Amino acid sequence: MTENGLTQAERPQREETPALDQWVMTTRLADYVAWGRKNSLWPMPMGLACCAIELMAMVAPRYDVARFGAEALRFSPRQADLMIVAGTVTKKMAPAVKRIFDQMPEPKWVISMGACASSGGMFRSYPVVQGVDEIIPVDVYIPGCPPRPEALIEGIMLVQKLVEERARAGREKAHAGHEVPAVAGR
Amino acid sequence: MPPVGQPVKRPGPPGLLGRTYLPSILKGMWITLRHMFRPKVTMQYPEERWQVPENYRGLPALVRDDQGRVKCVACFLCEYVCPPKAIHIEAQEIDTGVEKGPRVFDINMLRCIMCGYCEEVCPEQAIFLTPEYTTVGLSRKEMIYDKERLLKMGGTRTDPIKKWSRLTRSGAQAPGMTGAGRDAAR
Repeated sequence: MTENGLTQAERPQREETPALDQWVMTTRLADYVAWGRKNSLWPMPMGLACCAIELMAMVAPRYDVARFGAEALRFSPRQADLMIVAGTVTKKMAPAVKRIFDQMPEPKWVISMGACASSGGMFRSYPVVQGVDEIIPVDVYIPGCPPRPEALIEGIMLVQKLVEERARAGREKAHAGHEVPAVAGR
Repeated sequence: MPPVGQPVKRPGPPGLLGRTYLPSILKGMWITLRHMFRPKVTMQYPEERWQVPENYRGLPALVRDDQGRVKCVACFLCEYVCPPKAIHIEAQEIDTGVEKGPRVFDINMLRCIMCGYCEEVCPEQAIFLTPEYTTVGLSRKEMIYDKERLLKMGGTRTDPIKKWSRLTRSGAQAPGMTGAGRDAAR
């Protein structure tokens, strides 16, 4: 019995060289979304003190965070998915920080940059929030006063890793590890 | 009152060419073109790094002497001088009988501002600031470095202060040196 004039032995082995695989790459949708997300993090620059100067230096040509796709600093929280808290969070500023974080769409990540934002730093005093993680969930902490731009790039690379890991974890992906907010009236 | 100085020359309404915006666009493109032939300033961070100076103030670390002993004697001076109170020490007796040593030596790297006061104040040259500046962490607990980790970071450092050789009761080397104050021992 022949097909296209070829015998069984002459027929090309389809299982060995699937033609489609040369042109098509298959992936999970969650991984694909995470790949896009981690290479286009849009930071919300919550610049509150001198750390913001280093934050600006990171975006400037010398360090050029555009190489990691995070150069689009969005000053509107609705367009951002990574909040970089850079500087001393005073008690007076804390409601604004919390509100801006709440206005960011899920999924979102937070980098706490520098000693003041991470733990209060040297401001062990009543008007300063002792670590921004008292009001919002922080993913990556960067020590330094202020940290060098390299350290901040290192933090962004860690956030990129977290984005990937959370997509793999699957169940947490929609809320980026934060608690699912309770919806009133349901 | 007569007018003072020259009147400000304001550009008139744009001509036919000016209204096409072509001259302005070409002027802008010319600037962009010139920048393409300038030297590149971007540092490709994870591959390239700054050569930090020898006295760079990065994360602090404890050091051992050339015989592998912890140099810190738990005098609490660094804890006292530390502006953000990042250092926590608990002392213990050690078996030489004359000195004490740290049982617990924690540095909260998120509090630390890398000011170098601890290195400056240390009478035993036991704490140094390393050139490490790209550390990031995922939690506050992880960023509190304990004694073992600090000693691992610091490594071995040899220096002229040989407190063990002249101050220990059992292993006194030269006669007349035993029990002497530090100035006499020198």
